[in-house]
Amino acid sequence: MLHRRSLLTLAAGTAGGVLSLPALGRPALAQGAARTLRFVPQANLANFDPIWGTQYVVRNAGMLVWDTLYGVDSKFEPRRQMVESEEVSSDGLVWTFKLRPGLKFHDNSPVLAKDVVASLNRWAVRDPMGQMIRAIQNELVAVDDATFRWSLKQPYSKMLLALAKTNSPCSFIMPERIAKTDPFTQITEFVGSGPFRFVRDEWIPGARAVFAKFDGYVSRDEKPDWMSGGKRVMVDRVEWVVMPDPATAAAALQNGEVDWWENPISDLVPVLKSNRNLNVDIADPLGNIGTFRMNHLHKPFNDRRARRAVLMAMSQEDYMRALVGDEADLYKLLPSFFTPGTPLYTEEGGDILKGKRDYDGAKRLLKEAGYAGEPITLVVAQDQAITKAFGDVSADLLKRIGMNVDFVATDWGTVGSRRASKAPPSQGGWHIFHSWHAGADCVNPASYTAMRTNGDQAWFGWPNNSAVEAARDKWFAAPDLAAERAAMAEMNRLAMEDAIWGPTGFFMSYQAWRKNVDGVVKAPIPFFWNVTKS
Amino acid sequence: MFAYIIRRVLATIPVMVVVALFVFSLLYLAPGDPAAVIAGDQATPADVERIRASLGLDRPFVVRFSEWAWHIIRGDLGISIFTNLPVSRMIAQRIEPTLSLMVVTLVLAVVIAVPMGVVAAWKAGSWIDRAVMAFAVLGFSVPVFVVGYVLAYYFALGLDWFPVQGYTPLSQGFGPWLSNLVLPAVALSSAYIALIARITRATMLEVLQQDYIRTARAKGAGQRTILFLHALKNAAVPIVTVIGIGIALLIGGAVITESVFAIPGLGRLTIDAILRRDYPVIQGVVLLFSFVYVLVNLLIDLSYTLFDPRIRY
Repeated sequence: MLHRRSLLTLAAGTAGGVLSLPALGRPALAQGAARTLRFVPQANLANFDPIWGTQYVVRNAGMLVWDTLYGVDSKFEPRRQMVESEEVSSDGLVWTFKLRPGLKFHDNSPVLAKDVVASLNRWAVRDPMGQMIRAIQNELVAVDDATFRWSLKQPYSKMLLALAKTNSPCSFIMPERIAKTDPFTQITEFVGSGPFRFVRDEWIPGARAVFAKFDGYVSRDEKPDWMSGGKRVMVDRVEWVVMPDPATAAAALQNGEVDWWENPISDLVPVLKSNRNLNVDIADPLGNIGTFRMNHLHKPFNDRRARRAVLMAMSQEDYMRALVGDEADLYKLLPSFFTPGTPLYTEEGGDILKGKRDYDGAKRLLKEAGYAGEPITLVVAQDQAITKAFGDVSADLLKRIGMNVDFVATDWGTVGSRRASKAPPSQGGWHIFHSWHAGADCVNPASYTAMRTNGDQAWFGWPNNSAVEAARDKWFAAPDLAAERAAMAEMNRLAMEDAIWGPTGFFMSYQAWRKNVDGVVKAPIPFFWNVTKS
Repeated sequence: MFAYIIRRVLATIPVMVVVALFVFSLLYLAPGDPAAVIAGDQATPADVERIRASLGLDRPFVVRFSEWAWHIIRGDLGISIFTNLPVSRMIAQRIEPTLSLMVVTLVLAVVIAVPMGVVAAWKAGSWIDRAVMAFAVLGFSVPVFVVGYVLAYYFALGLDWFPVQGYTPLSQGFGPWLSNLVLPAVALSSAYIALIARITRATMLEVLQQDYIRTARAKGAGQRTILFLHALKNAAVPIVTVIGIGIALLIGGAVITESVFAIPGLGRLTIDAILRRDYPVIQGVVLLFSFVYVLVNLLIDLSYTLFDPRIRY
């Protein structure tokens, strides 16, 4: 049977051969286009408030328009960005920050401390780390135009990380009049102090977003490194062209109609790799972690043994192969909840996910947990390639260990609302859903919402485990790297023992760009500064 | 006839009311939650709840419907939940590409399909007839997206005659505008051509058996005059009806075609809105489509008088 995807591969594949010939560009498109970088983003930019809407695509676009006080580098270290200097009192309770001189918003008004205060106040309501700071905050005030002070009731050693992190929502700085908007209401003005201006008149949600170089941007005089360092803009415009169909995006890239594609699907990667006018490389070395989320409120997964049974039988190899096919470079088995290859990575307690899968042991554990063949509601979004692949593997896994699967095939919008239901699965609730987390969010527990185990307050599935929470607190209080490592190892071990959820593996994806584009880096976010087009 | 037109236009009002109520109820009952989509995957249930409340999605059905209906009566389609832009503005941004695609497709389909059907009826049973019918079966059977990919492969990637994707507004020149529309229009028209060609052939076969055709032949009228003046005019009513009905086919096909060729039209707007549960946009677009459909049918009804003088309103 000819599937649509096979047809795409066939079409794009043959096209790749045709396009490997010289003289590829359409003259009309090539002429004068060197100053415009055309980019195909991972998703549609449907809204543009990076605090109100926390989707990654909004964060990525926000990074062009709004600047941050700090930014992490490729070693996950927070570096100064809008801030010139900071000072922390000896008891760790008072942080005083001074802004760099000459910073301007896109409306040419200066960036003042009061803008920063308003922006941080809005951000802190929505961001997990911001919420922690708010909980221990005495006051956040502007001392003068260039200085602001954050006084706390107790020390918070991760302050700079909170202000520098890539996780959404980032602490973007907006003018005070905009930042005073309720954090649960969308802003209507998109003025930042970042290296690009948002050209609102040309914004067609679902089709196009345009960003123009901001001539008033004051770049740091340092080497660029991810969110930190000098952000020098080398093109006049960046145009985001939304393409819902991957085959069309592949063809447009090969034809020179676009310059850079953020997330080619793995089926089309061989075609793109065979085209000598294109570069194909890993997009984000921090990748993603797949999740098998279980509902701790209802039988059988309210019993730790049932959850562990799933982990005992879970084959990450199956999940990853279903997702990336034969591209072995794109995945790693992950006996951990955290991002591999990062300084704090740990596999402590991860043995349950290693080695030969134990289906008989899983069946025994399920029996001990009192499972007697009740339907297991597996809610799977079919419109997301990742969750669809995971859902198919899970259905097979659950059947292998003797579970009676009620496979609910639906779309992501429905999963988004159904997973919030605490009702019994037979009354509109659920037992299992799949998702994935950006590896950048899973480097440590700072903003790792899925690792919270504070019951009703936790992420969907509502795990309740005070020991895991205590280990998390230890990480936040850790004075040095060794203590952080120890806390993370403990947290991983305890979370594995309780099987709070199942990591289905670590996977990465490619990005592709034309060879006349230079300066594309591997990072959790596509950065447009220092990118040139010839 | 003027009174008839007024009556028909007024009759669209209850139709639109029913459509509005139906669409609103369907969306209200459908699973899914825009607040969850807005909040993002990492949001907590409490965040989702607050966003839902801020959007007014936690209010009862009657309150929400009354408010929406009141705005519609005043010509306000509402504000998109996601983009915070007026729905009317979003539709205005997208209407030109869709309208262009549909007009070019319609012209292409009629210009090709009607002569094909006429010739097939004239040469009934011959290889020409069989070829036309084979094409019609193919046109019906091959999905629009497959035709789209094949066309893009040969004519955009291979021969480099047309762009792979996108849309150029008519204001930027007729050539670039048409260049972007040729492939999608050909893809979209394939099923439409098949439909019109078959109906034209069938109706023409019937008409060609009529006494007045024999009389025309007896009077020495030429073949072309018989086919296109006497027969086609008498066969026109069912053909025009099918063209009108086919507008719905075009609307459905445009959704897919716009995705395949990355045309920023109403079809893609609809799909995006459905996937995100952007209720005001879905409601606005569906109302627009149903209004257009009702209007097209009215025009078709009125056009009957041009082809058949016996029809009077």
